[in-house]
Amino acid sequence: MNSLRKFVDKIKPHFEKGGKLEKLHSTFDAFETFLFVPNTVTKSGAHIRDNIDMKRTMIMVVFALAPSLLFGMWNVGHQYYEAIGAIGTISDKFLYGLLEVLPIIVVSYIVGLSIEFGIAQARGHEVNEGVLVTCFLIPLIVPVDIPLWMVAVATAFAVVLGKEVFGGTGMNILNPALTTRAFLFFAYPTFMSGDKVWVSRITEAYANKENPEIGRLITDNGDKIVDAFTGATPLAEAAAGNIHHYSIFDMFIGSIPGSIGETSTLAILLGALLLIYTGVGSWKIILSVFAGGIAMGGLFNALSGIYPDNAFLALPAYEHLMLGGFAFGAVFMATDPVTASQTERGKWIYGFLIGVLAIMVRVLNPAYPEGVMLAILLMNVFAPLIDHLVIRKNIKRRMRRIEVNSKQ
Amino acid sequence: MPKVIKLRRGLDIPIKGKAEKILTKTEKPEKYAIKPTDFHLIRPKLTIKEGHQVKAGSPLFFDKYKPDVLFTSPVSGTISRIHRGERRRILHVEVAADGKDEHIEFGAANPLNINREQIQSKLLKAGLWPLIRQRPYSVIANPKDTPKAVFISAFDTAPLAPDHDFIVKDKQEEFQTGINALSKLTNGLVHLNIHAKYTFSDIFTKAQNVQLNTFSGPHPSGNVGIQIHHIDPINKGETAWYVAPQDVITIGRLFKDGIFDARRIVALAGSEVKSPKYYKTYIGAPIETLVKENIKEAELPPRFISGNVLSGTRIDRNDYCGFYDSLVSVIPEGNYYDFMGWLLPGFKKYSESRTFFSWLMRGKKYRLNTNMHGGKRAYVVTGQYEKYLPMDILPVQLIKAILVDDIDKMEQLGIYEVAPEDFALCEFACTSKTNVQSIIRKGLDTIKKEME
Repeated sequence: MNSLRKFVDKIKPHFEKGGKLEKLHSTFDAFETFLFVPNTVTKSGAHIRDNIDMKRTMIMVVFALAPSLLFGMWNVGHQYYEAIGAIGTISDKFLYGLLEVLPIIVVSYIVGLSIEFGIAQARGHEVNEGVLVTCFLIPLIVPVDIPLWMVAVATAFAVVLGKEVFGGTGMNILNPALTTRAFLFFAYPTFMSGDKVWVSRITEAYANKENPEIGRLITDNGDKIVDAFTGATPLAEAAAGNIHHYSIFDMFIGSIPGSIGETSTLAILLGALLLIYTGVGSWKIILSVFAGGIAMGGLFNALSGIYPDNAFLALPAYEHLMLGGFAFGAVFMATDPVTASQTERGKWIYGFLIGVLAIMVRVLNPAYPEGVMLAILLMNVFAPLIDHLVIRKNIKRRMRRIEVNSKQ
Repeated sequence: MPKVIKLRRGLDIPIKGKAEKILTKTEKPEKYAIKPTDFHLIRPKLTIKEGHQVKAGSPLFFDKYKPDVLFTSPVSGTISRIHRGERRRILHVEVAADGKDEHIEFGAANPLNINREQIQSKLLKAGLWPLIRQRPYSVIANPKDTPKAVFISAFDTAPLAPDHDFIVKDKQEEFQTGINALSKLTNGLVHLNIHAKYTFSDIFTKAQNVQLNTFSGPHPSGNVGIQIHHIDPINKGETAWYVAPQDVITIGRLFKDGIFDARRIVALAGSEVKSPKYYKTYIGAPIETLVKENIKEAELPPRFISGNVLSGTRIDRNDYCGFYDSLVSVIPEGNYYDFMGWLLPGFKKYSESRTFFSWLMRGKKYRLNTNMHGGKRAYVVTGQYEKYLPMDILPVQLIKAILVDDIDKMEQLGIYEVAPEDFALCEFACTSKTNVQSIIRKGLDTIKKEME
């Protein structure tokens, strides 16, 4: 790597103050620190520092998301093969999914990184690593059939309005990826919900059926959709009163329709294990979100006898954890340390309320079969309040000590 | 009631180069120096000029804000140089030793037989008062205050810290005399804090006129601030004084022998030291006498630190030992580039987190260098500092209050109880590479100014 280092050292002066490319300093710095951890030494305070840095932390999140992405690619292929009634090997399905998902990832990163680099350069700051995780998350929470221009707009929304207007990584109030999802959901609802968007090319097939020239349920690839196929997610089915369309095994493994990365509870749990073990994700938040979900789901199960009209009440609490974006949200969205509660005690309350609210929105509100996104965004807003209460308790303890002492 | 306190939060950093328990003499240095920069928030006013003759105990300068507090010479000789830095700030007052070892007589006395004013006046005149520091603000104690208690931490848990059991050996009488003197300065107790696993010496465990408190747990259990928090926390308006164990001996010698005896044992430690051990030397001695021919040849240049690697001061090789320090650490500089260091497994790297693999290798010691290991970022990760601060204080919230200059919030969150060194581990572990200790220092300075 010596030659690489020498090359970087050679071109470095151009980007420093007074050099010709001084304006591109942030960009150069981003590439340099990508290749090399810098040679800066400690100047004040502790003379030794831990080897961990923001890049290391963020890359752990990307590693934790990898199982969900890989499985998601296979699942895209699997759902398509089911739709056309064909048999395929694991690698067939994976390859199909890879080709469908890769463009979304590419668009997400190109748009995200360009905006991030541009803003960092304009401000004269270093490029922050948070954008690497945000751009990885966006493909995982959208349906596979989403138009690419929509991905670009959504990514731009996430980076600019989700993060940069607040001051960049570490300063935002709302989870950027979820802000994206909310934006897409409310701006383009037909592309984000329903029973056609979760399996690739089905929307087009139905359009083809309407088209008098074609008149048949046939996809762009020329495959005919099987008559009995429904692309609805198990959650939407449950909301419609159709519980147990899929087996528990399917729900846990994730071979069900849904957003690209959110279906496989197993893959998510693998990611959760990595996050908890490395200490990058708060186990308190993950645990309390699941606990809240079970508590609320259990309560609803108990009430399902009294209110037979709402069949959703009867969905067993543990199935709630495997359906929709609940597990994904619990592990990867709620744990975003910037937007979650920042006190250790606050995290329990924050997570529990997310679980409760998510299930509540799902079961009680007919307009939103998925409540996780809204629950997390709402709790993002309330996280500072929860922290405030914890801080006040700490302050009160200190004040009480002074009172006790002055009385003696 | 003697307290037994088990601390769980904290970290013992596995760093190479602990000093062997061997005591050696150094060759007698020609020059000594007292550095006004060692004393926070004082304004030094010189009482001597270059060329003046001084004896051990002669005043060199005093604090303009508190003229009673004198700083005296550790040896007899001639003032060889007043070394000034930017804006005429005094960096060193150098004394060239004449080898005659002449001392000013302050008069021996049994502290138990004289009153508080007499003890205080003797300490001030001899220049030993600066050995007594206070919380809050972590500065030299204010002679006009009455502290609610005096605290002495008989053990040091910082990385490579010297063993105080070893240092105080055979000095039982001096140590006890020092304790007796300190006990007169407060209406409260003198707390002597020992560690359940590290403290064995009778000099500590059988000391009189003290309350013996036992601590257990990793660093920073040895920090006096942490100990104060668990024994008798500081509230707004209260003061507590603290003294290092070796300085208690120096105070004891003043009352026993009537002179400023500046002898001190200093440990030289660190991965770059060929033979780390303890040295018999003096306050203000040049570190060259310790490190001469004792530094390994290496591809990375060495960094000399007066104090420990977490809260010590960086010094040059031709500089002098700090007034309060009984440790000199030498570690390699880390000014190298690390190719894809954040992505590669890094099996040889040490980290308190589990994002590397050092947690699998218990008992391994590391040659840690001064590389920052990453760029400065905003606060992102949460829950990290709390793991290394065993106090009922919310560290990040306190730091944010300091950063926005919110004095009320600082007070409410416990600024009176903290010192930069208590946050040193948080700074070590911080993912965002925040300069925590200097922020805390700034907060303390702001509050002190507000209160006066």
